[in-house]
Amino acid sequence: MKILVPVKRAIDYNVKVRVKADNSGVDLTNAKMAINPFCEIAVEEAVRLKEQGIAEEVVVVSVGDKSCQEQIRTALALGADRGIQIDTEEKLESLQIAKLLAKLVEKESPGLVILGKQSIDSDNNQTGQMLAALTGMPQGTFASKVEVSENSVKVTREVDGGLQTVALDLPAVVTTDLRLNEPRYASLPNIMKAKRKPLEVIPAADFGVDLTSKVTVLKVTAPAQRAGGVKVASVAELVDKLKNEAKVIS
Amino acid sequence: MSVLVYAEHDNHQLKSETAKLVNAASKIGGDIHVLVAGSGCEALAQAAAKIAGVAKVLLVDNEHFSHQLAENTADLLVEMGKDYSHLMASASTTGKNFMPRVAALLDVAQLSDVIDIISADTFVRPIYAGNAIATVQSQDTIKVMTVRASAFDASPESGDAAVATLALGGAAKGAQFVAEELTESARPELGAAEVIISGGRGMQNGENFALLEGIADKLGAAIGASRAAVDAGFVPNDMQVGQTGKIVAPQLYIAVGISGAIQHLAGMKDSKVIVAINKDEEAPIFQVADYGLVGDLFEILPELEKSL
Ligand SMILES: Cc1cc2nc3c(=O)[nH]c(=O)nc-3n(C[C@H](O)[C@H](O)[C@H](O)COP(=O)(O)OP(=O)(O)OC[C@H]3O[C@@H](n4cnc5c(N)ncnc54)[C@H](O)[C@@H]3O)c2cc1C
Repeated sequence: MKILVPVKRAIDYNVKVRVKADNSGVDLTNAKMAINPFCEIAVEEAVRLKEQGIAEEVVVVSVGDKSCQEQIRTALALGADRGIQIDTEEKLESLQIAKLLAKLVEKESPGLVILGKQSIDSDNNQTGQMLAALTGMPQGTFASKVEVSENSVKVTREVDGGLQTVALDLPAVVTTDLRLNEPRYASLPNIMKAKRKPLEVIPAADFGVDLTSKVTVLKVTAPAQRAGGVKVASVAELVDKLKNEAKVIS
Repeated sequence: MSVLVYAEHDNHQLKSETAKLVNAASKIGGDIHVLVAGSGCEALAQAAAKIAGVAKVLLVDNEHFSHQLAENTADLLVEMGKDYSHLMASASTTGKNFMPRVAALLDVAQLSDVIDIISADTFVRPIYAGNAIATVQSQDTIKVMTVRASAFDASPESGDAAVATLALGGAAKGAQFVAEELTESARPELGAAEVIISGGRGMQNGENFALLEGIADKLGAAIGASRAAVDAGFVPNDMQVGQTGKIVAPQLYIAVGISGAIQHLAGMKDSKVIVAINKDEEAPIFQVADYGLVGDLFEILPELEKSL
């Protein structure tokens, strides 16, 4: 079985973002970029399935300009076999990404597609579900456990009330949650090896997909800041403030 | 213009999110219909009919929807959705599971986690863990969105809408429910609680969460946790508050042994009053806390419980 893992280049999760003064977006100049944490978990899961002999090949794909090759190389260093960059300068929305991925699924025919459940920049949590819809595949979102058997995959999902397990016919789409696995660190020899693994660049235009979106961002602003609070010296003072000043307990 | 609101429920109970979504829908204008899709959920349709502002409740009650799987729930909404200008579901794990599917099948964008509605085509949503707020305009013919219920007040219970039963929907293609493991708790749900007390890595283990329980009992509070506490296995995943867990905005949020990483703040910084208890006076959580108490939680919590 072949596993396709779409990954996204996103701001490093430790960076605190600033909104641009003209409210046109977030200032990413010189910001540290990384593979989106949930995508990294997806790569790790696919590589483990290969190590267990369940998958034969792990293909990573990223949609973006040349800079996202860096994240594809990261995934290759973690153990993926080959990379594909779908080349575009445009900032695409989830639906357009899903349409491109759906075309790639047609071409590559993976048995399983594993993606991160959300990217920590746009926080959309959409691409996997949209890809499943467009390809007619069943989906197992927010996965904390994935068990692949002959023709199906059992996915344990983190849901608001606890855990839910579903069984999906293959091919299927799985999106990862935080507790699915802990990604490994790439070793230096593997980073070197990754440089020689194949990375194909396909112009987005080659897929013949309409990439326009009907959603426009009018402005991006900073969130309301909380007024600074006070330190209290004792439990008695805390309880008094909560009762008599904030009036949130009685 | 007309809005279809997907009722959040578990077949036994209509969740408090539903009335909040109806209030959000009322800011769009036009008729509001509520869809209750589930199994053995007729009573919930009656409950939805009482939410003020609802023009009609549509009940789809059959075994195919007993677990609200994404595959057939999306197909149902696609079938029904063409008659509406807006489709709305809660930004819960249920809504987030099927709504993007609905949008893709209708060939429109989906807006996630809407926190404010400016007009019928302009919406506000947080990005970058809430460190930036985007105002977006959609020209799609059908606007498909998930709404962050904690950002809206509930519509009151003074309505009297008619309930229509629809014979729609089929089995989920390629997907089957296997099992579920739901956390049983007599406490309020995180999304509905007025008071929340959360523990982090500083709690050291699961047993120590008992120190929060006594306080939660006295305050009628729900208990939450940081990712570190969940990852370490102290408590189950459904207690995680944050960017990628539950987003809450109670009257009072008490963070105990939680450092205040941006991903945690994203889930609770809209709470009305925030209390932080932490032994490190430099912990970032104090920057958002209205009241900070520096000290050892193992001394503070028993004392706090006694003084309530
Ligand atoms: C993609 C991604 C998504 C994430 N999503 C979330 C999310 O949804 N929610 C979330 O919470 N995190 C999330 N995180 C993790 C986040 O970055 C932090 O690692 C996490 O919030 C830390 O949890 P903590 O504050 O409990 O632990 P720590 O940061 O280790 O803090 C423990 C705190 O306890 C205090 N302490 C220790 N002992 C005591 C004592 N005896 N008395 C008083 N205080 C004490 C310490 O001073 C310290 O401040 C995410 C991270 C990533 C990368």
